[in-house]
Amino acid sequence: MDRTLGFYIVQFLTGLADASALFLVACGLSLIFGVSRIVNLAHGSFYMVGAYVAYYLIGFFSEGGCAFWAGIVLAAVVVGLIGVGIEVLLLRRLYGAPELFMLFATFGVVLIMQDLSRWLFGAEDLLGPRAPGLAGSVNIRGTLLPQYDLALILIAPLILGVLWLLLNRTRWGILVRAATEDREMSDALGVNQTRLFTSVFFLGSFLAGLGGAIQLPKGGANLLMDLNTIAEAFVVVVVGGMGSIPGAYLAAVIIGELGSFGVLVFPESTLVLMFLVMAVVLVIRPHGLLGQAGAGAHVAFRAAEAVLQPASKKLKLLGLACLVLILVMPVLVGTFQLVLLTEIALFALASMSLYFMMGPGGMVSFGHAAFFGGGAYAAALLVHYLQTPMELAVLLAPLLVGLLALIIGWFCVRLSGVYMAMLTLAFAQICWSIVFQWGEVTGGDDGLLSIWPSQWASDKIVFYYLTMILSIGGILVLRYFIFTPFGYTMRACRDSALRVDSIGINLARHQCLAFAVAGVFAGLAGGLYVFSKGSVFPDEMAIPRSFDFLFMVLLGGVETLFGPIAGAAAFTWLHDQISRTDFWQLILGCIFVLLVVAFPQGIVGSINVRWGRFFANQNH
Amino acid sequence: MLQVEDLNTFYGKAQILFDMRLAVKRGEIVVLLGRNGAGKTTTFKSIMGIVRPQSGKIMFKGRPIQTLPPYKTCALGLGYVPEDRRIFSGLSILENLEVGKQPPRAGLEPWTPARLFELFPNLGERPHQRGGTLSGGEQQMLTIARTLMGNPEMIILDEPSEGLAPVIVAQLARTILRLKQEGVSILLAEQNLNFANYVGDRVYIVYHGSICYESAIAELSAEAYEKYCALQIGGG
Repeated sequence: MDRTLGFYIVQFLTGLADASALFLVACGLSLIFGVSRIVNLAHGSFYMVGAYVAYYLIGFFSEGGCAFWAGIVLAAVVVGLIGVGIEVLLLRRLYGAPELFMLFATFGVVLIMQDLSRWLFGAEDLLGPRAPGLAGSVNIRGTLLPQYDLALILIAPLILGVLWLLLNRTRWGILVRAATEDREMSDALGVNQTRLFTSVFFLGSFLAGLGGAIQLPKGGANLLMDLNTIAEAFVVVVVGGMGSIPGAYLAAVIIGELGSFGVLVFPESTLVLMFLVMAVVLVIRPHGLLGQAGAGAHVAFRAAEAVLQPASKKLKLLGLACLVLILVMPVLVGTFQLVLLTEIALFALASMSLYFMMGPGGMVSFGHAAFFGGGAYAAALLVHYLQTPMELAVLLAPLLVGLLALIIGWFCVRLSGVYMAMLTLAFAQICWSIVFQWGEVTGGDDGLLSIWPSQWASDKIVFYYLTMILSIGGILVLRYFIFTPFGYTMRACRDSALRVDSIGINLARHQCLAFAVAGVFAGLAGGLYVFSKGSVFPDEMAIPRSFDFLFMVLLGGVETLFGPIAGAAAFTWLHDQISRTDFWQLILGCIFVLLVVAFPQGIVGSINVRWGRFFANQNH
Repeated sequence: MLQVEDLNTFYGKAQILFDMRLAVKRGEIVVLLGRNGAGKTTTFKSIMGIVRPQSGKIMFKGRPIQTLPPYKTCALGLGYVPEDRRIFSGLSILENLEVGKQPPRAGLEPWTPARLFELFPNLGERPHQRGGTLSGGEQQMLTIARTLMGNPEMIILDEPSEGLAPVIVAQLARTILRLKQEGVSILLAEQNLNFANYVGDRVYIVYHGSICYESAIAELSAEAYEKYCALQIGGG
């Protein structure tokens, strides 16, 4: 390819064009978060649905210049109304609930919309229609640029301008900005917050739908758009600064250009470049390029409110009874159930390590799959390339993941609350993309196969006992950590960063260490998991896996140590039951949503409320 | 105008208000005296609906309001000026006023930014300045002005004189009396006895979440004030 000046200009303009859709999604996300404090994971789904709806509307209106643009705007309106429907029917019920539960509800919506889209629009990727009048190309010094790209380049600044006017020159905009700063006060000044939220949700969803629709002629529509987009939108929001619309534009342009020029340098994984830029920005400006310190950071996820108590006598007896049951299990059940129990034990360990970060650590991770899948891939790669025996691989995998966690943690602990959670998701998505895109080494989509345990452990019953010993051991070690001075310090860091700082504790170092510890145990779980399955696929690192772990913790309830274990058991069993049906994501999504609405304290949390006194210490 | 009866409010399991009761007549300035933590702010938040009381009755202009959300209470004509002012720091003075704006109320001359700038000339000098960059006194003026934009028939002021320079406090006292002339009823929490004496008509003393004393301000007994309000060191 001849790299003339024209080539670089076109490359630059392509980057700008790519930035447009990304900007629309990210600023919708940012607006909704600002007012309602909801991290709307379904925002990527809105984007995807926008593309699909636009595709069908434009087809329905048949040919003509008007039809195309009318289809795009109408699609955005439809998505806006879907957003309003979700807000009114679901999220409005949850405004009092902890942020994490709202987040979960929105993840349920992601799953539901994913399966509904597959059902309604089909699994085939759709090629977008050309924009009438803009189907040709412009010749820039010998290199061709699609005319439609020019339209895209103009749309983003146009929307930016309109949004600026809307937020700064209208009463509605002033009310939105006021609510972003202090909801309660603007409520007391007579502003109906419920109605304001709904209108903001409409605008945010509209923008996401518009983003999906305008990129249709360029990128088409497919079912992977939802999670890919949400991860990129998170990066844009974090880089640009939460709540800053111009920041979102700037960041979208940076990410767009990075993608456009990155392909030239680093065709395999442009996401890695995105990560590097994000890392640099966060080191220099922790609140994003144009963000203000404090915006969003004070929205910590309140995970655990109750003070953790060491187990009482009765609870210890219950634990002992469980242990005995686990011991005799192979006599009672068949191989199939044994494999399921092995899986449950490994997920319990992984979700316990997530709980360790979330509960006592107060650091919510949306990217725990990076550690679990990291462990699985570390072990699998060791076996595949170095013929490492299982024993050594299971030992090395956690250490390697611990190192990875230390690196990721080093960046993440600079942020807190939602910012940190978004960053963990972005990191996990990067790990996933490396595994997914670097096919020669990791096998890409085909995964790595034939990773079997050593001879002595190849029997399912032996492997069951091995797993149980290591998982229960791991869980007990994590539990032990929580009640050591290190654990107390973690909780202190969670409860008051400022106070911890002023009594001479290095907050960042402790949090980083907590990341590493969680990483080690998630890595152990992942390392064993790969031997129990015999293979590993990129799915183990993908966003849904991270949310599986989060859901296990939340399902069990964040206020108790038993929670993650019960949650893992319940979730794995449930997943096993429904995963054979065709639209299982739809079912799972509905269950997520229903559980969040019905049991905002999780399973064990709810038991705790009802029977907590029975298990409490008598002298308490 | 406002009647509060047997109000019990909890934060989690901790009870803050115990059968709180008080009344404000139309055109009156009533002062709530009490130490930090006595329950003044919680009383106000319960009245506004920011905190939901567990039991009790709150009547405003003869209507029960204990179950209304804050924005509806406000729409009925009850304005709230919080203790910590809570200016929207990223919004300009004019934008802060815009947030408080409500439709005009029958029988009251509607407040406009122009009228408010007459009352608070400092604010009128730089209407486009960001709220966050104002001085403490200016912020206090702005928060009152912002509440007045809702054309309230009654306002609740939570410790307006706290942390202000004496000259500003005097200006504030004159403003409050001026509002009374305009026909606005006022319920005010204070720890500054001189300020309370200057503006108030009647006084309640709040102690441990309930009213323990009530009188006209001129008749406030020194013993009651000493016992329930004054700072006591070494047991009490």
